[in-house]
Amino acid sequence: MKAKVSVTNIVPKGLRLAPSQVWGTLRLVPVLRDEVREDLRFAQRSYDDDLTLVSLKGGLKEPGLKYLSYVPHGLVMSWEGRHAEAVVGTQLKKPEGKALKVGPHTLRLMHRMVRREEKNRLRMLPLHLAMEGFLSLHFGGPEVAWAEYSREALSHGLDPRTEWSVPGWANPLFDEALRVFEIHERQVGVLLFHADLLLSAFIVSHPEDYRALHRTLLEDFYGELLLQYGFLDSAASLESPIDERRVSSLGELRAAVERMREDWAWFQGFMAGGLFGAEVWATSVYGAGPFHLQRFVTSLQVSEENHIGELITREDGTLEYLKTYRLSAAQTRRAYLLKQLALADWNLDRAAESLKTTRAELILRLRNAGFGYLLKDSVK
Amino acid sequence: MFVNACFSCTGQREFYNDARGQSVSIEFLHAYILGNYRRLYARTLAAGINHFNQGQIILNLLATGKQTPPEDRREEGALIAASLRSLPPQRAFRVLELLRERRINNRRARAIAREYLEGREDPSFDAVKYRSKLRATVAHGHLKLAGELNAFLFHGWRKRVFKTPLLEAFRRAHYEQASLFELPFTIAEGLAVKHGIARDVFLERIEPRLTAGERLRLQGAAARQEGVIAIELGKAPLTKLALYLLSMKPETRRERHVELHAALERAATRTLRRGSVPLGRVAAVLDNSYSASGSTEKRRRPLGVALAAHYLLSSMAREYRAFWTSPPEAPLLVEARGQTNLASPLLDALDWGAELVVIVSDGYDNDPPHAVAELTRVFRTKLDPSRRTTLLHVNPVFASDLYAPRALGAHVPTVGVRDAEDLPTVLGFARFAEGAAPLSELEDYLAARVRRLLERGRRAAEPGVSPVEDEATVDAGEDA
Repeated sequence: MKAKVSVTNIVPKGLRLAPSQVWGTLRLVPVLRDEVREDLRFAQRSYDDDLTLVSLKGGLKEPGLKYLSYVPHGLVMSWEGRHAEAVVGTQLKKPEGKALKVGPHTLRLMHRMVRREEKNRLRMLPLHLAMEGFLSLHFGGPEVAWAEYSREALSHGLDPRTEWSVPGWANPLFDEALRVFEIHERQVGVLLFHADLLLSAFIVSHPEDYRALHRTLLEDFYGELLLQYGFLDSAASLESPIDERRVSSLGELRAAVERMREDWAWFQGFMAGGLFGAEVWATSVYGAGPFHLQRFVTSLQVSEENHIGELITREDGTLEYLKTYRLSAAQTRRAYLLKQLALADWNLDRAAESLKTTRAELILRLRNAGFGYLLKDSVK
Repeated sequence: MFVNACFSCTGQREFYNDARGQSVSIEFLHAYILGNYRRLYARTLAAGINHFNQGQIILNLLATGKQTPPEDRREEGALIAASLRSLPPQRAFRVLELLRERRINNRRARAIAREYLEGREDPSFDAVKYRSKLRATVAHGHLKLAGELNAFLFHGWRKRVFKTPLLEAFRRAHYEQASLFELPFTIAEGLAVKHGIARDVFLERIEPRLTAGERLRLQGAAARQEGVIAIELGKAPLTKLALYLLSMKPETRRERHVELHAALERAATRTLRRGSVPLGRVAAVLDNSYSASGSTEKRRRPLGVALAAHYLLSSMAREYRAFWTSPPEAPLLVEARGQTNLASPLLDALDWGAELVVIVSDGYDNDPPHAVAELTRVFRTKLDPSRRTTLLHVNPVFASDLYAPRALGAHVPTVGVRDAEDLPTVLGFARFAEGAAPLSELEDYLAARVRRLLERGRRAAEPGVSPVEDEATVDAGEDA
């Protein structure tokens, strides 16, 4: 089963950026939305389990494809005229899925990454949706039984494939940064920079929802970048001075301050250029009324910054929801290799040729990237 | 800078800085000024700084008495005694107790402690309310107290029947409930738990014995328990009152708006009776961004100071307008919310044509960052080089990493305040904070204040003059 993949751009339509707030090495850039429509709301649903097992195919306890991770919370999205406040936080239904006790820990079993619960309500596991998509990228392994591949790889594909990530609370600085951050009146999202590299973006549809979800950012997971660059003292304080030669009245001074504000928005938009405006490979996940849920991966070129994530757009192209995860260099390398192998129909020679390298080199790269188990021991 | 820090820092947690950093930072400042400018350090006691720092200075001076130059000895001793007397009793006793903890026990320290205890009006009340602190002081300084007090403190209240009524009530309160209600509130509170008296019954019966501060503090708790403690809104100091009103729910504030508004105005007028600078066309730029919510230890203090400053300035000025960062419906309904956009309200204030602009903010300016610094630089250098408009930044928050309240660029003087009541004093200090006035001038200014403090102390010691009234007349004369 292959989902349809389309190439698009992420366009921050209907959004603008405000000047950033810096805490240590972290820079949080508020994303504002001027025209707020009330028809798409998000709410948090907390899970209090040590591990969550999500069935991607088949029933809860039946064999099938599973996704196993720590999931602290999910997002409940409701749309079209239903007042989200009436839905949010009211636990009329019994808790979702099934909780099992495993020794001292609890394990929750859940259905699907994205699950429709009512006519106009959808539950999804933010970022896990994108991560699952990323992991299952070329998950099936070789389709032609090339001689080099191990029996394991031929019968099970890359099963199980794992990646690791960093929870937000792993960096104490981040907790502080979120605490002292001053949320704007019309703010619907945030761009998170660490050491002035874009780490993540989170955007929702309604300012009140953002206010409520602000602290959940701490529970989300991030790329290794959140922990790297620990020795950098603090993010540079950027200044855009006013040219006093061009100011001769209070009105002009006001205009100059306004220009300063615009400079900030432009500059930060420029810093987030690896995400906004870049080409992404998007897979459609769900259509909900006028809204369209997709997950995406950027180019996976090793030389560029790469993000995975999910987004919701309105029919008119307005960006209503976005959540991204920045891949680390190692993760990008792994994905890139798999992608090249898949493009070459898993033929090592052809793949090596397209990578402009030798076969031995490619095998070494595969083993270094942790895919040694794909190949027979005898292959050199 | 030091005086500035002494206005705002209390060694507690702030929105952006933690308590540990605060205490390390202020300790360093104290040590530095004490080592290098001893006379200035002592005279700072008279500058109207906050109680926390007064206590620190007294302790540090007593600890290093040997280094006092002979010609300053007299003044220093008098200053210490006078400012110790002006501290609230719990603070003063804490200072005395710290003498023991820090092992300061020279002749002067003992004399100061003895003099302080002799000056107290009701020693048996102190003995009950501050029992452990008083005992520490007496034991440490080998002091003799009058009447039954020494026996009460050292032989224990169990041993005998006392003739002094309060001491006897304290003894009896351990055995019977009725006597408990003759004791000070904080002492009775603990004994009430011991006797298992229900909280609402206890509050009702102890009510006549509550002090004004205790009344204010207990309001919230009493409301939760459906009990009502009569509170006279007219008595509390302005900033405390503002903080208390801000702790009410928005609906309550809306319902009782007229009453609360009047209370704040009265408090402001009362503050100004102590000393007022008549002002012309004044604009206040008030920061009610999210960071004004303060910390768990100083809840909503920056916002409370802003609100109090609003009322204070509006009654000081001939013409007044407030510019909030996110304008509330009415000043009383203000909430700490949103980003800090100081530039736009400041521009509005300048547009309005104010003669004096007072900015009340924690100094974090993030929408866009450094906008105020840039704006004021251009304004000062290009639009108003002759300083027709005075700009002043009043900061209720001490930034431990800077050893000072955070400033808004080099073109606005920043002064720290803890209570809005300090504003009249601070308007006098603004010149020094700007760095424009030389050190000698600051010394003269302080010397003048020292003289007044000591005079006041001497007169307060005479019977018939209540210290509060006295303070009012002195301050009024000085600031005019």
